[in-house]
Amino acid sequence: MLYAILCYHDEDFVGSWSKEQDAAVMAKLAVVQEKLTKQARLGPVARLLPTTAATTLRKENPPVVLDGPYAETKEQLLGFYIVDCKNLDEAVDVARDLGAANPGGAYEIRPIGLFAPGGAVK
Amino acid sequence: MTDAAWIDAALTSARPQAVGALLRYFRDLDTAEEAFQNACLRALKSWRENGPPRDPAAWLIMVGRNAGIDEVRRRRKQEALPEDDQALSDLDDAEDEVAERLDGSHYRDDILRLLFICCHPELPPTQQIALALRIVSGLTVKQIARAFLVSEAAMEQRITRAKARVTEANVPFEAPGAVERGQRLASVAAMIYLIFNEGYSASGDTADIRKPLCEEAIRLSRLLLRLFPAEPEMMGLMALLLLQHARAAARFDAEGSLVLLDDQDRSLWNKTMIAEGIALIDKAMRHRASGPYQVQAAIAALHCRAEKPEETDWRQIDLLYGALERMQPSPVITLNRAVAVSKVRGPEAALEMIEPLEARLSNYFHFFGVRGALLMQLGRNAEARTAFDRAIALANTSAEAAHIRMHLDRLMRDAASGK
Repeated sequence: MLYAILCYHDEDFVGSWSKEQDAAVMAKLAVVQEKLTKQARLGPVARLLPTTAATTLRKENPPVVLDGPYAETKEQLLGFYIVDCKNLDEAVDVARDLGAANPGGAYEIRPIGLFAPGGAVK
Repeated sequence: MTDAAWIDAALTSARPQAVGALLRYFRDLDTAEEAFQNACLRALKSWRENGPPRDPAAWLIMVGRNAGIDEVRRRRKQEALPEDDQALSDLDDAEDEVAERLDGSHYRDDILRLLFICCHPELPPTQQIALALRIVSGLTVKQIARAFLVSEAAMEQRITRAKARVTEANVPFEAPGAVERGQRLASVAAMIYLIFNEGYSASGDTADIRKPLCEEAIRLSRLLLRLFPAEPEMMGLMALLLLQHARAAARFDAEGSLVLLDDQDRSLWNKTMIAEGIALIDKAMRHRASGPYQVQAAIAALHCRAEKPEETDWRQIDLLYGALERMQPSPVITLNRAVAVSKVRGPEAALEMIEPLEARLSNYFHFFGVRGALLMQLGRNAEARTAFDRAIALANTSAEAAHIRMHLDRLMRDAASGK
């Protein structure tokens, strides 16, 4: 079974780390990730940019693009995509296509700051 | 991360919302600040024992409110205030738990008001910044004094004076209308930019001391963008600050001298900040409502996107400065544009562009720096030397002067070697 592990924390708090503190945490995480990579158990790892950089597409008819993160709590996180796009416009277009195929709910579009493809998992 | 560090970070990030709500509640800045201080002291004890509350800001507001009410009561007993005291009847209403009034729309305006009272037009920029750092950011007077390179006593006095002035100004406590809110937002954005510049314009020997000002400005702009997520100019401001600050590590050499953009070690630039800045501009552009912060951010992004100086898209930068000139005509912007023009069309065209600016920029260090550099490129060394001498006389920081002196040294060397 493949598992996704979703990371939650207070972004103000994490954002207040100095460069050194941040690097120290990342180094500690890298040790854990390396172990998993060696066991061919690690898939992609991504660190998202802050929610201030987020855009949300509500899959209504017609779809509405809103600035900011997805803030409702009555819906649950069901999955995610990682898509290579030239800019936000392209990413919104992809989300629109996906939304047309599966209306209802919303997509939050967040740029990724750090990405490790992690080809270990087949 | 230790408990103490967590509590400290939580108190700092809850501060604007908590002090803003307490200010709406008590309608007096000193009382609100004191109430918040009291709540923080209790938080240090209670959070350490019982763990952090789910919503630290709401906790602080509740505890601060009760502490404030006790304080006002105590004072009332001591001073025997007149019976019809307004604050008192307000307080009696407020004791009702329902009067907590903590809904989202309120807290947005609470924070905006708190920031806005710091940018009263009668306050000189330095007082605006000092007040915002004290009240909104919660830096200590000592920390602010250090960042401003003045004594603690002088800073204390500056903040006290500023506070007295904003109290007289009587900023209304009702929720502002849409137009009023927009105006407040613009003033606050300008003040945040001032805070950033105060840190950014530091010279090499003080850059580290003043860096917290840049970081604080970024924190405040992030706070503002979260409150007003659909304002393209707020995205632009935040992007601009991130893209400028991303280069901080490369801006000074080991001796503390300023390193020009062309000569900076670009591997020292902060890639994550650049990525976030560019993502924010992207987001802003979708609104098709351009503004000065967005354009400046777009210019900064073009610099950040170039992996080598020669890859810089100067043509696009020239166009963007042209757009900025139309939005807010200013000789300083034309001067900046001239640098882009010199790269696209050569130093002669740029020189022609800045000549008419001399009357208005006769006391501006950068004008003579740019003119000197353009003249030097054209081989007009004697004139270049005159311009550089003038620039040194007008330099604001030792780093600026040192940078121009480097140009002068080169001219001298060239003259000596008969070039």
